[in-house]
Amino acid sequence: MTPLSAQKRAEARVGLMLAAPAILLLVLLVVLPVLATAGFSLTDYRLGTQAIGFAGFDNYAALWNDPRFWQSVANTATYTLIVVPGSVGLGLGAALLIESRGWLKPFYRVAYFLPVASTFIAMAIVWEFLMNPSVGLFNQILAALGLPSVNFLGNPQTALYSMAAIGIWELTGFNMVLFMAGLSAIPRDLYDASAVDGAESGWDRFRMVTWPMLGPTTFFVVIITMIRAVRVFEVAAVITQGRPEGATEVLLYSIYVQAFQYFNIGYAAALIVVFLAVTALIALAQARFGGQREANR
Amino acid sequence: MRRRSSSSLVSSIASHAVLMLGALVMLLPFLWMALTSLKPPQEIFRFGLHILPEQWGGAENYGRVFSDTPMLRFLVNGIVVCSAIVVLQVLIAVPAAYALARIPFRGRSLFFSLILISLLVPIQVPSLFLYLGFAHAGLLDTYASLVLPFIISAFAIFLLRQHFLHFPQEVIEAARLDNFGEFEIAWRIVLPSARPAIGAFAVFSMVAHWNDLYWPLVVVTDPAMATPPLGVVFFRNQESGSDFGALMAAATVISAPLILAFLLAQRTFVRGLTSIR
Repeated sequence: MTPLSAQKRAEARVGLMLAAPAILLLVLLVVLPVLATAGFSLTDYRLGTQAIGFAGFDNYAALWNDPRFWQSVANTATYTLIVVPGSVGLGLGAALLIESRGWLKPFYRVAYFLPVASTFIAMAIVWEFLMNPSVGLFNQILAALGLPSVNFLGNPQTALYSMAAIGIWELTGFNMVLFMAGLSAIPRDLYDASAVDGAESGWDRFRMVTWPMLGPTTFFVVIITMIRAVRVFEVAAVITQGRPEGATEVLLYSIYVQAFQYFNIGYAAALIVVFLAVTALIALAQARFGGQREANR
Repeated sequence: MRRRSSSSLVSSIASHAVLMLGALVMLLPFLWMALTSLKPPQEIFRFGLHILPEQWGGAENYGRVFSDTPMLRFLVNGIVVCSAIVVLQVLIAVPAAYALARIPFRGRSLFFSLILISLLVPIQVPSLFLYLGFAHAGLLDTYASLVLPFIISAFAIFLLRQHFLHFPQEVIEAARLDNFGEFEIAWRIVLPSARPAIGAFAVFSMVAHWNDLYWPLVVVTDPAMATPPLGVVFFRNQESGSDFGALMAAATVISAPLILAFLLAQRTFVRGLTSIR
């Protein structure tokens, strides 16, 4: 039964063989493209030109001085700052309310989760129709109430907020399900103990037991939602094309336009590096503070 | 006692009212999409609030979707692309995850670090280089360009590694005592136990790729190669906002498969889509 070193070596060979296709593909489809993109960002490469020249940090300097880039960053940040609290708060609220209501629970769960399971771009086109300035349902309702019509996605004042409302609609049900899982993991007897400690109202129970016990879940949900919100793309790309006046220009859409419509490879690569840095920072925050939280327990 | 039960009745009614209102908002786009797809144009463009269709425009709207676009082709493309992606992802991830979890080999920890880093890299990051590669190879507008970037899933490998890692060692020891070979243990005992995890991942991946718009938008310009999301975008741009009935019918057709699957297998869906934790 004693393991021979020859046997160990044979085993290691099998291990490497099993992992080899994945390693090869990972290098080819992820590692190499990421490194190459970082490399492109230091060149003046444009599709169609013959020579590629080294440009140092020129692309990054151009980004820094490009008001459109800053607008794109600001829009993405604003969108995220609306969608994260909105969909996390509503998701938590829905989970709490649904948990304590017995018989309609399955219906609510399906209704709130349906946006998550549906094809988002199709629903985005439906939202565009709902928000249509002349024949859309919302403006028909406003007209019936005697209110002036609103060009939700066409007015620079409202376009980004309308897009954020669609984002909240899209993500709330997902967060709700994560919170429901978190709620079901809270031991019942903690609530009994809190009653002994003088918790009387539902609010007391929430403040003393539910909220602290949900801490790790909430943190996780916030991070996940942030990562998804930063990747907002479809509505801007298909419905508004970043308009009006750049009000819905968001990071991924800027990347898409620079890379695949203008074929400004070097500039787009710099944008991609910035985008990767932003998403990596969010994920690192999770690893850093999420881990610390666990350790504190 | 009485005060308490009447106040709980009030709070129960209030909760249901709030939840119902929320459910209405969540379902509104679906209802409006389906209702509009059944209305003739004169009703859609008529001023004032009309909820239910008065005249039947469904046949015309859905008929236009299938006559003006290769809608069946979009759906077939979606099924081919998603199935190919999921099958290849699983075939490549299972052995790699098993090796990562149970077989020490040289470079294993480096490989695992790469997996963890790759989890942070969304498709938009390698997309530029991959696009140039596919363009150079003349593979734009092909199934290959739609499928290949996704066949390595760091997420699948990570998920399955966790599963294999937590497989009870006693079961393996017991199988060894019964003279099972290592290969038999892997194939007949450990692997079947991963079926639920693979199923959850398959649902997650199917939904993600059926819905993906970014990558098809990058590599496909030929309508014959469009996946359903790209197909509906082509149709929208071609209609340019004049025929909402047919546009809503198209949206209904491409979102129906996932919605039906979700309604039939809610538990599997919720588990699959939230398996990212």
